[in-house]
Amino acid sequence: MSNTSSGAASFLKTSVKQPYIWAIAALVLLLIINLIKDPTYLGISVNAVTGDLSGNLIDILRASAPIMMIAVGMTLVIATRGIDLSVGSVMAVSGAVSMEFMHDAGDGSLGSALMAIALALGISAFLGLINGVLVSIVGLQPFITTLIMMLAGRGLAKVITSGQNTSASNEFFRWIANGTVLGFPVVFLIGAVIVALVALLVRRSALGLMIESIGINPKAARMAGIRPVGLLIFVYILSAVLAGVAGIFSTASVMTVEVAKTGFSSEMDAILAVVIGGTSLAGGKFSLTGSVIGALLIATLDKTIVFLAIPSSATPAFKAIVIVAICLLQSQRVRALFSQRRARTSTPRKEAVSA
Amino acid sequence: MAATEPIVEMTDISIEFPGVKALQNVQLRLYPGEVHTLMGENGAGKSTLIKALTGVYKIDSGSIRVSGGPRQFSGTADAQSAGISTVYQEVNLCDNLTVGENVMLGNEIRGAFGINWKKTHEAAHEALVGLGLGDLDPRQPLSSISLALQQLVAISRAMVAKSKVLILDEPTSSLDANEVEGLFTVMRRLRDQGVAILFVSHFLDQVYAISDRLTVLRNGEFVGEHLTRDLGRSQLISLMIGKDFETLASLGSNRRRDARESGEQPFYSATDLGRKGSIDPVDIAVYPGEVVGLAGLLGSGRTELGRLMYGADRPDTGEVTIGGKSTEVHSPVAGLATKIAFSTENRRDEGIVGDLTVRENLILAVQARRGWARPLSKREQKELCDKYLVELNVRPSDPERPIKNLSGGNQQKVLLGRWLATKPELLILDEPTRGIDIGAKAEIQEAIATLAEDGMSVVFISSELEEVVRLSERIVVLKDHRKIGEIINGPDITADTIVDLIASDGAEAQGVEAFEPEPAALAAEGSTN
Repeated sequence: MSNTSSGAASFLKTSVKQPYIWAIAALVLLLIINLIKDPTYLGISVNAVTGDLSGNLIDILRASAPIMMIAVGMTLVIATRGIDLSVGSVMAVSGAVSMEFMHDAGDGSLGSALMAIALALGISAFLGLINGVLVSIVGLQPFITTLIMMLAGRGLAKVITSGQNTSASNEFFRWIANGTVLGFPVVFLIGAVIVALVALLVRRSALGLMIESIGINPKAARMAGIRPVGLLIFVYILSAVLAGVAGIFSTASVMTVEVAKTGFSSEMDAILAVVIGGTSLAGGKFSLTGSVIGALLIATLDKTIVFLAIPSSATPAFKAIVIVAICLLQSQRVRALFSQRRARTSTPRKEAVSA
Repeated sequence: MAATEPIVEMTDISIEFPGVKALQNVQLRLYPGEVHTLMGENGAGKSTLIKALTGVYKIDSGSIRVSGGPRQFSGTADAQSAGISTVYQEVNLCDNLTVGENVMLGNEIRGAFGINWKKTHEAAHEALVGLGLGDLDPRQPLSSISLALQQLVAISRAMVAKSKVLILDEPTSSLDANEVEGLFTVMRRLRDQGVAILFVSHFLDQVYAISDRLTVLRNGEFVGEHLTRDLGRSQLISLMIGKDFETLASLGSNRRRDARESGEQPFYSATDLGRKGSIDPVDIAVYPGEVVGLAGLLGSGRTELGRLMYGADRPDTGEVTIGGKSTEVHSPVAGLATKIAFSTENRRDEGIVGDLTVRENLILAVQARRGWARPLSKREQKELCDKYLVELNVRPSDPERPIKNLSGGNQQKVLLGRWLATKPELLILDEPTRGIDIGAKAEIQEAIATLAEDGMSVVFISSELEEVVRLSERIVVLKDHRKIGEIINGPDITADTIVDLIASDGAEAQGVEAFEPEPAALAAEGSTN
């Protein structure tokens, strides 16, 4: 046996143990279903003139970028035993702020695009700060706090645009969602870089350890000298800023903010991506990789629904079925049932060796 | 009294977990009408054996016979329906339900329109009377009664399920002497009714007070089954730890030093340190290299005082001087910053972070001190792990294992390592040896003595007075949330001295010098003001 094959085997072995292995399996399955319907589904063509790649896979990457942003933010919030229901509304606020600013500026310059982005992210961060302060200092429940922000944010977006769906034209801003670099969609590349930066930030510093500690056992974490207030404010701000980025992504593709629709029920997609990725809603251990895979799965699922021409009224049901199936496959109990059937092993799942 | 036929007979039980032989050829026989104690260090396999019996774990080899026939249960519910009930160390009841509902849970009496609550509560009352708990109102919420009574409620629940075998896994570890006596009365009553009781406890006195027969395990192996009356205490301890009792007995006996020279500065001193509803204002001083014991009964305020000193609870009153400087310690962060560390008595809820690894738990406090932006490097983490896992003899010494998979004693050692890694000058240990076996206890006591030799101040809180007397140079005695005296340890001070002091409530007990404020502490206070 060569080294590479045993290395691959051990890699396979460790990734099979990851809860998100089922999300990967589902992702592959969806692609296979699409492939059966249309054998050229996975084909990627290269535009001879511009060098742009195009194809369904590229579309999926493009569509997954905003979900990836909010899913990563949501992962960290959920790891602290919280939840952030306001991400969809923050997306709308961010989109409204940037569109309104560029519409008023009207010059379509790079400067006004950058200014719009800075303004949108700044206001998103402020909304996140409010969430964080209410949760950590005031001590409100995250569910209630962010539910209020979800309603208030949607209202704020409408106030900003005076209830209108605002459009603007700005080439640079448009390029974010529709442009390509080396053939790949810019939006996906920016998303990937942001995810990598966040991952580096939490895993290379002690943030990840501290977030997990307060999620697993807040009392013990406090006794060990960890200050939860700063950490909580940080995760809510990060979640909101990432939602702001997602808002920019999704409005830039059409250069219009639809205040009632932009980011609508996106919090659900984010929470689902997190759960599919194997992070427990009870908080504690989290997996950013899992959430990214979850986001890819949701984007694929959305595309597949359209591709299979499932009637729009049945879409939510179809989505629900797929997600329930994945969650079932991930549950310890169901997996234990399967492994017992396969081989009647007597190894208990929790091997606590204690007296 | 023992019947000839055992009701439970486990023969040659072996269980293997990945990498660990948890049990190897272990035997256990339970006879009706007998209290049988399962003895062994932490990690000896006591819990595993119980879980093998109740079907939580599947056995790899061996046989289990119940009432004469071979049985293999599929879980606690299955075992319970066959008459084997377990009451765990941490009471598994529903806090939000009433006493009666808890007793009858799963056995409610049903009428034409669902559950008949009146009859259910009556039946609960009967069950409680059966255990001599007739005074308990079954309609009272469970959360309103003490932990000891909750334990008895758990036992009545087992009796309602008509159990023939009752397993009590360390039921006494958080009870005080009177409550233990109450539990024993109930146990004797059940024994006389012909119930077979399997009892697990770390307290030797209790084992000798209650059990008829005992089985000793060591490192997952069967050491022997003995009638309690045939086996001396030191013999039993030797069987459990596999080494001589001498090493234990000699431990810490040289800790009794002369009283402090006057004029030396205490590391920590506080005047009028108090918190409403938790402890009345107390004066306390701890000198470098000194072990100060806090003695008192459960609920005397000994834990509360330790928490105030660390800042786990915010004090309302008091002036604190640390290292000669007037300071305020109102949070654990502030406590750690002033070089104080506090090891909690509540290991599971306030100590370990269960899903994290041993390594992550060990470095947590040091990392918290450094802040999130300055993570410990892999090398520094490894150094800390290597140092403390070896020094404190943590088993298994694998730093990447989740801490929740370690036995209680080893979790405690990891936590001790967590605090030592912060290089504290004052270490407050609240019940560091509770619920852990004699071997680990000796190791922890030894570690404390060595730390003090090296100049660390230690505040030692324990419900075992002998332990306090053995380790401390000075003992602060508490009762009913206030300090009733302070004893300088000496050759003629014993646990009885403290008991007398508590009994006479702070009045001058025999041979005890009870004095209020420490003169040196006052001097230190004066110099800073």
